[in-house]
Amino acid sequence: MKNILEINNVTKFYKNSVKALENVNLNIKEGEIFALLGPNGAGKSTLINSICGIVNFNTGTIKINNMDIVKNYRTTRKMTGIVPQELNLESFETVWNNVNYSRGLFGKKPDHNYIEKLLKQLSLWDKKDNKIKELSGGMKRRVLIAKALSHQPKLLFLDEPTASVDVELRKDMWDVVKKLNENGVTIILTTHYIEEAEELSDRVAVINDGKIILVDEKDKLIKKLGEKTIKIELFEPIEKINGNLSKYNFTLDQTNKIISHTYNLNSNTTDITELLNDVKKDGYEIKDINTEQSSLEEIFIKLIKENNNELVRN
Amino acid sequence: MNWYGIKAIYIHEMERFRRTLFQSLASPIITTSLYFVVFGSAIGSRITEIDGINYGSYIVPGMIMLTILTQSISNASFAFYFPRFTNTIYEILAAPLSSFEIVLGFVGAAASKSLIIGCVIILTANFFVDVRIDHPLLMMFFLILTSITFALFGFIIGMYAEGFEGLQIIPILIITPLVFLGGSFYSINMLPEFWQKISLLNPVLYLISGFRYSFYEVSDVSLFTSTLTILTILIGCIIFITYTFSKGYRIKD
Repeated sequence: MKNILEINNVTKFYKNSVKALENVNLNIKEGEIFALLGPNGAGKSTLINSICGIVNFNTGTIKINNMDIVKNYRTTRKMTGIVPQELNLESFETVWNNVNYSRGLFGKKPDHNYIEKLLKQLSLWDKKDNKIKELSGGMKRRVLIAKALSHQPKLLFLDEPTASVDVELRKDMWDVVKKLNENGVTIILTTHYIEEAEELSDRVAVINDGKIILVDEKDKLIKKLGEKTIKIELFEPIEKINGNLSKYNFTLDQTNKIISHTYNLNSNTTDITELLNDVKKDGYEIKDINTEQSSLEEIFIKLIKENNNELVRN
Repeated sequence: MNWYGIKAIYIHEMERFRRTLFQSLASPIITTSLYFVVFGSAIGSRITEIDGINYGSYIVPGMIMLTILTQSISNASFAFYFPRFTNTIYEILAAPLSSFEIVLGFVGAAASKSLIIGCVIILTANFFVDVRIDHPLLMMFFLILTSITFALFGFIIGMYAEGFEGLQIIPILIITPLVFLGGSFYSINMLPEFWQKISLLNPVLYLISGFRYSFYEVSDVSLFTSTLTILTILIGCIIFITYTFSKGYRIKD
């Protein structure tokens, strides 16, 4: 799959000399959903805003569809749409005018049929004549998406698309994002909701302190860095872990009935069949077995912690 | 050129004008009427004529200039500052629009609003006094050029303002005094020689004088100087905006 977006050595300083981005390199493949994870102030929004032309970056190059976004800003910007983090909308304008205004800004001639289809797709059609101030937060978020899609972009940036929305609406938004992607739109989303990245993305990048510290496929990342814990519940409590089990670094819970062993999915050090045989060999009766896999959130926290420690060391 | 983009900004801004049509038009009409009552009737009863023109008629070009200047500045400054304030500016910055196209959309709309208001004032003035326009084309030339120039000036204020108070400072503290002292309601020939010379330092004097010439063929300074002044201010504003845009227009940095 070809790259739709190529970011090479991008650095951005703000006026007060704060380094927001440092030598960022990133490629986004056409048709994927890419999640950019990072804590607050990591540089997620600055990176998106640099790509979309909302802020100027200092050094490096950004290419969309192999075209430099500075030299070919007219062509490249027509290909991008952005949904900002905040509900930035003209409160006294109607939904219809707001969305058509956005289409015009991006140099597209009016197409009322397309806008109608878009508003229907986003369940906004019956609100088209309402003023923005009359809409709920969720509806406003949809209007922002409609505005970003009004000029039919190939590349859509969603900056914290579900920030401060309730769980139901968040799931609703996820469906919208999935549908857009099915229709061929490449999506880059920033989020600090790990479950969002886990649910939606094909690939994930972690950004911290303006630097990309990791890029990988979501599943591979979970597999590579993820840990799994096997919990074995026994019929009878045990006093101490010894015998064959002592080689597995088992921990014993407060009831003395559940023994847990954590292992890395990527390593081949733990043979589960052998482990279970050892439990049996030591004469324990197994009541239940449960496994837990580390989430992207745990991986993310681990990565950020490691990165912060490294920064402190340096 | 992104004509659809320019049109979108223009229509968006004119739509705001339409939404607040009553406030937009009522204010200049009431203000003009009040000026006629105060200056035309009260003072005009004592100053019957200036340069052979009835005092009430004489002050019409000055009143139009006063309104055009303040409206052009406030319309353009507010139009550009408001999306900065509400953060809806992101969309304009992300759109495939050059800085020239952005300015054209905003300034075009602000100047159009001023022109409409200018025409309304001429109509209103007709209810109070006889308004004669000897050179309608020249009048339109000055009206359009002044609207555009001061809309550009307002755009600069909109780019630099850090709050709504900032939008008001220059119009209130600089523009209004300059207009009042620029011969809107009198001829500088009525002033002592020293103050006449001081008045010549006021650029607004040249605009009013040129504009008044298009009405009654009377002026304090030559038509050429008036035209040169407005063109100089226009070019100055264009250079300043170009410079600011080249630096990321204080928003992109």
